[in-house]
Amino acid sequence: MSSSGAATGKIDNARTRSLGVGVLFIVLAFVLGLIDSRKAGGSGWTYFLQCYDFAFMFWFIIAIGMLSVLMVHHLTGGWWGLPIRRILEAGSRTIWVVAILFLPILLGAGHLFNWTHPGFIPDTAVDHFKHVYLQRPFFTVRAIIYFGAWFIWVYFLNKWSAEQDKTGDPVLRSKLSKLSAPGLVMIAITLSGAVIDWVMSLEPEWFSTMYGFIFMVACLLAGLAFSIVILRRVYQFEPLKATIQPKRLIDMGNLMLAFLLLLTYTSFSQFLIIWSGNLKDEIPWYMVRAFGGWGVIGALLLIFHFFIPFFLLLQRRIKKELPTLAMVALWFLVLTLLDIYWIVVPAYEQHRPQFRVLDFVALLGIGGLWLASFFTQLKKLPLLPLHDPRFEPHLEHQHGD
Amino acid sequence: MAKRALYGLLAEFETPHEIVAAANRAREAGYRRIDGFSPFPVEGLAEAVGYRWTILPTLVFFGGLGGGLTGFGMCWYANVLSFPLNIGGKPWNSWPMWIPITFELTILGAALTTVLGMMALSGLPTPYHPTFNVERFALASTDRFFLVIKARDKKFDLPQTKAFLQSLNPYGVYEVED
Repeated sequence: MSSSGAATGKIDNARTRSLGVGVLFIVLAFVLGLIDSRKAGGSGWTYFLQCYDFAFMFWFIIAIGMLSVLMVHHLTGGWWGLPIRRILEAGSRTIWVVAILFLPILLGAGHLFNWTHPGFIPDTAVDHFKHVYLQRPFFTVRAIIYFGAWFIWVYFLNKWSAEQDKTGDPVLRSKLSKLSAPGLVMIAITLSGAVIDWVMSLEPEWFSTMYGFIFMVACLLAGLAFSIVILRRVYQFEPLKATIQPKRLIDMGNLMLAFLLLLTYTSFSQFLIIWSGNLKDEIPWYMVRAFGGWGVIGALLLIFHFFIPFFLLLQRRIKKELPTLAMVALWFLVLTLLDIYWIVVPAYEQHRPQFRVLDFVALLGIGGLWLASFFTQLKKLPLLPLHDPRFEPHLEHQHGD
Repeated sequence: MAKRALYGLLAEFETPHEIVAAANRAREAGYRRIDGFSPFPVEGLAEAVGYRWTILPTLVFFGGLGGGLTGFGMCWYANVLSFPLNIGGKPWNSWPMWIPITFELTILGAALTTVLGMMALSGLPTPYHPTFNVERFALASTDRFFLVIKARDKKFDLPQTKAFLQSLNPYGVYEVED
């Protein structure tokens, strides 16, 4: 019991620090935004909302990614998920904070998205669908539907998991699996819709059918990477420690490698199709991101987000130790941030990245608040699921040895 | 007819847990030339019979690298040197188009190296193996687990090793003729 007390203390500290940073920087972000909105000839709240949208997307991706990885684990089983299950669940329970953090985007959509201006998308035969789809009220309804669906799944996944701790009823195991299968379908649909609404529609003239899927894989990678980074901070406490074995860590590393390959594959496919099609409606997205002032960041992503971690994750000696594996995971989080920056921000900084101060302030503000919520949730339940029928006999066996 | 040379001693076990424990005991007792046979992969058995390291991953890496370079090289040779064509006004050296082929041949090279390298390094196919001389060994492909200590092990001594294997509580111990 004393070791779990130490874990709680550590999580409490992290929570306090996150909350302090979050409150400080979110206030600072709003103040900077307010100052900017008062500037004569300025763009009002647009500048603030652009930075906010980018920062929000990064933390949103981690939170939804954790919900997705949790459902993958419930559906497929596998030892790799046991040590991180409670971390994933805590991440999924932050969804209501994510919803609150989304409010500025929902309320400020008029300043953020060009398509909200009447007549921006004319109701012609070609653009009829876009004209109908991209309307403020429908945009709001869709956001409510997305969050509503996420709330439902988060609620039941966590409710049944907590019940499993108390009763150990084996029926719960199959209920969790059965909920997760449609849950992943739900994520595929709602997440695609969400990123199309919140990011892709920043450039309403451009579209890609691969877009939602790329984000989905990015979510899985970011969610798993974040969980591994957190696991590194709490793994020395029993009973979690007994579950950390090289074999399981290698599985986690291989899973990150698989997500990375899928991310690279889908991202490159999108590029290849648009590049070889060479159509004037489609190529501007890459003209800005791959060949303009953003080309450097595109190249950096190729090297640092793909090649280097790819070769690192091929090596067993890196995957079988948690400290080195967590380093790679942290690396992925940093590069995911750069990836999101490269995808989102060129929509309004066409020529070159400006690295605006407000980008970082918003990132720390939203991140601090979200992390505080995450640590609050992490504290609520034991760090290891107590009665998962798939793992229980093995765990007892290990203690027996 | 002269008695044939001895290959080793074979011990039969009924559970995967027993054979891993037995293999660990054998290693602790100083035996090095040991091998295990099971109807399905048993966790920890490879390490218990002395598996530490194999060159196969390195071979696979170079197999993949070779495949990838071949794929990219073929595309480059065909489109730039041998038969340049103007396709949609794109440059001859349109490398993004070659990535799928490069990727496919990387996988092909790595996969072939894995399978062929695994067979070459482990000496497969093996149509004859001394353990086949023990009739009960056929059960290794159904529900029994076998541990063999080979006669060429430095510590091997027929009565002593036999007594050692008996002490591990096997279902049976058999002499294997070469």
